[in-house]
Amino acid sequence: MHSAKEPSANAPETERGPRRRPGRLRRIGLPYLLLLPALLLELLVHLLPIVIGITMSFKELTQFFIRDWGAAPWSGLDNYEIAVDFDAPVGEALLHSFLVTCAFTLLSVGLCWLIGTTAAIYLQETFKGRGFLRALFLVPYALPVYAAVITWGFMFQRDNGLINHVLHDQLGLTDSAPFWLIGDNSFVALLTVSVWKGWPFAFLIMMAGLQNIPREMYEAAALDGAGMWQQIRRITLPSLRSVNQVLVLVLFLWTFNDFNTPYVLFGRSAPEAADLVSIHIYQSSFVTWNFGTGSAMSVLLLLFLLAVTGVYLWVTSRERKSAHV
Amino acid sequence: MSSVRTAAPPRGAAKPRSPMAAPRSFLWSRRIFLTLLTGFVLLPVFVMVSSSLKPLEDVSGKFRWMPSGLTIRPYIDIWKTVPLAKYFMNSLIVAGAATVCSVVIAVFAAYAVSRYQFRGKRVFTVTVLSTQMFPGILFLLPLFLMYVNIGNATGIALFGSRGGLILTYLTFSLPFSIWMLIGYFDSVPRDLDEAALVDGCGPIGALFKVVVPAAIPGIVAVAVYAFMTAWGEVLFASVMTNDATRTLAIGLQGYSTQNDVYWNQIMAASLVVSIPVVAGFLLLQRYLVAGLTAGAVK
Repeated sequence: MHSAKEPSANAPETERGPRRRPGRLRRIGLPYLLLLPALLLELLVHLLPIVIGITMSFKELTQFFIRDWGAAPWSGLDNYEIAVDFDAPVGEALLHSFLVTCAFTLLSVGLCWLIGTTAAIYLQETFKGRGFLRALFLVPYALPVYAAVITWGFMFQRDNGLINHVLHDQLGLTDSAPFWLIGDNSFVALLTVSVWKGWPFAFLIMMAGLQNIPREMYEAAALDGAGMWQQIRRITLPSLRSVNQVLVLVLFLWTFNDFNTPYVLFGRSAPEAADLVSIHIYQSSFVTWNFGTGSAMSVLLLLFLLAVTGVYLWVTSRERKSAHV
Repeated sequence: MSSVRTAAPPRGAAKPRSPMAAPRSFLWSRRIFLTLLTGFVLLPVFVMVSSSLKPLEDVSGKFRWMPSGLTIRPYIDIWKTVPLAKYFMNSLIVAGAATVCSVVIAVFAAYAVSRYQFRGKRVFTVTVLSTQMFPGILFLLPLFLMYVNIGNATGIALFGSRGGLILTYLTFSLPFSIWMLIGYFDSVPRDLDEAALVDGCGPIGALFKVVVPAAIPGIVAVAVYAFMTAWGEVLFASVMTNDATRTLAIGLQGYSTQNDVYWNQIMAASLVVSIPVVAGFLLLQRYLVAGLTAGAVK
């Protein structure tokens, strides 16, 4: 029943068949008519731009051709060669930013998952203040990204921020007040903000997933003498498996593509230690006006994400199959 | 397990998970974990609220936990330092319109997928879903050029206008909304709308008289999600708006000038723009969990 990646299997429909329906429901055109607005919009704002983006990546597209990008000369694979030439500055910077993004994504998704799942399990039980905490924990998710990230940016200010005040002035942990928004520390700052902002989504999905576990399972386990920790390990965690698979994938894609957090925290150019790919491409395209190379980088990023998602879905679906046999 | 009934527990009803008393180790670890987490979550909220009530000297110098004097000046000044009211209206128009359009379109699409068999159905759902994984930056350049070119060719101002932003935002939330509503509509018993059809409703009548009312939690959840997506978006707003159409996401940057950063005003403005979404979200969060249970987490 947990078919995570099948949006609609529609088993009942095929069993029951269309024959029981009154005639006009069978009008062939209707489903297409209903889909038409969604289809048109998807084409216009998603598929067409992708096609254009791929085309652009094969062109020598600089600011001179913005008004009429079709007139830009073809350059074949030049843009790709520039992007993946890891010995030259452009390629080296891209590789660096890609590796930073991978490290950042792994850590952020891992922490978000861990905190979100733990919180959801602890809040499964009724206790005083549970409803309040549940609402409170969703606040970071509900706050507009820029408002939350600006506040963190204020906290990370070197001279007038809360973080340095606590670390340096109050606890005396550092010799001098460190910079958080430039230099190597910026990775830590970005990660902190990303986890603060992201874990409530894991919490939300996990809470929803926990509601699907029938109470009888716990009752039966309790009758068999299983303690609470055992119940969590044997019932709660295994039951969350399929939810987990979707959650981790979605968290991965969102974190990897995140633009808002680094952009609001650092501005148009992020410090090297926190130079995420999305910001890097933005910088290459809109600050140095190299649209062609920027598009090639976007396409490479897309190929990478497609590959990861493909492998992930393949592995998890195989796992699920073997688990059901 | 029939999701509709288990999905939406009555307000305030929190069912105990286990009939056994929780052991001490569980209670203690829970206490510690939840205390730390509450501190982590509340810290920026505290900074936001307290700094918004401080005079400028307090936020320009060393951080102080307690303000030297409380003032509501920042809340008055925020409207003058930048045209916040205008940005607020822009955000409201853009996010509101994107939400309404996105929900209506998603309802029709999800109904088609949930209730009909047709050619290309799988292709449609897979395509819609896979757009979720595309990096926003991939759309930005081409959409930017498309809107500029459409503007040049037809005179329809998409670039820099609210319309262009609405169009862009509504498609951002559309895939997730369709996906979630398909799951939700699937959990509405088919007999209900078939009965309505037998009673003489058209398919659209059945949708609005039977399926939509039964799926309200899912629709509310989708609307909340769409609104939040549009209200918080930064990337496209930073490229596709001008002075007249700027949204809050970009407008808030106006509080830092060359010489001064008005941190107290920034915090006050952040709080003001957050309150509508946070309040709305907390009011509707039960629907969101219920919607996710039936729609996404299946």
